[in-house]
Amino acid sequence: MADERVRDRIDELYRSDSRRVLATLIRLLGDFDRAEEALHDAFAAALDTWPREGMPDSPRAWLVSTGRFKAIDRLRRAARFDAVVGELATQTDPAVQPTGESPLEDDSELADDRLRLIFTCCHPALNPDARIALTLREVCGLETEQIAKAFLTSAPTLAQRIVRAKNKIRDARIPYQVPARDELPDRLAAVLHVVYLVFNEGYSASVGDAVTRPDLSSEAIRLGRLLVELLPEPEAIGLLALMLLHDARRQARTSPDGELILLEAQDRSIWNRTQIDEGLALVERALRSRQVGPYSLQAAIAAVHAEARDAASTDWPQIVGLYDVLMRLDPSPVVELNRAAAVAMRDGPAAGLALVDAILDRGDLAEYHLAHSARADLLRRLGRGPEAIAAYDRALTMATQEPERRFIERRIAALKR
Amino acid sequence: MKYLCLIYNDEREMGTQPRADGEKMMAEYYQFTEDIKKSGHYAGGDALQPTTTATTVRVRQNKVSTTDGPFAETKEQLGGFYMINAKDLNDAIQVASRIPGAKTGSVEVRPVRVFAQQ
Repeated sequence: MADERVRDRIDELYRSDSRRVLATLIRLLGDFDRAEEALHDAFAAALDTWPREGMPDSPRAWLVSTGRFKAIDRLRRAARFDAVVGELATQTDPAVQPTGESPLEDDSELADDRLRLIFTCCHPALNPDARIALTLREVCGLETEQIAKAFLTSAPTLAQRIVRAKNKIRDARIPYQVPARDELPDRLAAVLHVVYLVFNEGYSASVGDAVTRPDLSSEAIRLGRLLVELLPEPEAIGLLALMLLHDARRQARTSPDGELILLEAQDRSIWNRTQIDEGLALVERALRSRQVGPYSLQAAIAAVHAEARDAASTDWPQIVGLYDVLMRLDPSPVVELNRAAAVAMRDGPAAGLALVDAILDRGDLAEYHLAHSARADLLRRLGRGPEAIAAYDRALTMATQEPERRFIERRIAALKR
Repeated sequence: MKYLCLIYNDEREMGTQPRADGEKMMAEYYQFTEDIKKSGHYAGGDALQPTTTATTVRVRQNKVSTTDGPFAETKEQLGGFYMINAKDLNDAIQVASRIPGAKTGSVEVRPVRVFAQQ
């Protein structure tokens, strides 16, 4: 009975702390694979000894030192003794730890091993797809199969991507460190982008038969919380707010039979209020910093929606204003398209259509299904049925997510009636 | 650890630029080389003649074949290199980003492979 309880505690500890232990082991052992092996050895040892001898006072410290000991033991047995153990000895000497030159070193919170792990997995020298896979595998602890399934790739392809990235970290010597203050903005942007991409894939799956992949959204939010806890930079806070506010609408975005429901038609009473409140507080915190970035602005836009009773009473002038700032800060055709949709709500569909047409005429977003469906919707609202149908048809040739395709088909059918 | 920084630029552009620009670039390279010698990063480096002077050598079935070229279809050609000593990739990237050619072309940073001694 006591055995059982200790085993449950170990399971729990694995879920809550294995990534922390891994992050520290990577620093101590200087290698991802060696650290993973050590992590598993340490938990195996815990399962073996704790039920007999009881839990140690500090289980995490026990796991780290046991893992490190097991790794050195393995190396001894593996005859590569001299070179690698010598190298390990210098690496574990606190005087020459790899963070020696970082100006952030004094701040123990920032020097956290988990941050080192995140920054290493999201290093700009790694292939962008590999950054996502590696982060989900190493920081979040997802299994390779789970990640492959979420991104609809085969597990071997994904495993290979991870192996290649780890090899590059080792062979090109990507350092295990939190970037120095002057590099931090760029490097943090790369990390936030990875989190944002994971969230986006969860929020609106690019292909497949479901609108959302809640697992990925939750992982992204978990990562966002971790970043805010470890490195509360304004844009990290803004991104977390953005994700919470969007995710709060998850339930309302699909009907019970899996069909897509647009913002204007959503039942706002089933939006997750707790999450919205948390998101609103974070938006305020991010905006107060006076270092407003693209994520904070997008969060501010989401906040205006979250505070509105319905689509009609939404403060569209404010949303357009926020998009104006976003266009100055981080211009992109997609932002411009969203701004056009907001202008249509403020000034009417004709004004919005002129802006959407201008974007498409430039050739931007010509292959983006949402640009064509936005244009179709504006034409529909202007009573220009045949043109709307043609635009929906174009959108349909590009949409790859099943519920989105069915939504467009329903719209076409309604227009043809 | 050693990294080789391979500097790629459009060599036609290099050949047609005004003399003053060429001299300015030379001066920048001279300064950069001095800087990384002082910082201890420098381990070697040279500029190369254009690819029109290149010869490719292959050995197949013990026979040596030499061909003119390669005249790659790519826009940028290898024009020079530095061998540097750097602490890690971040350090190497920092040095590579200061190579004058990085502003017009690109620099490929490759870790030098170390073979274990038997």
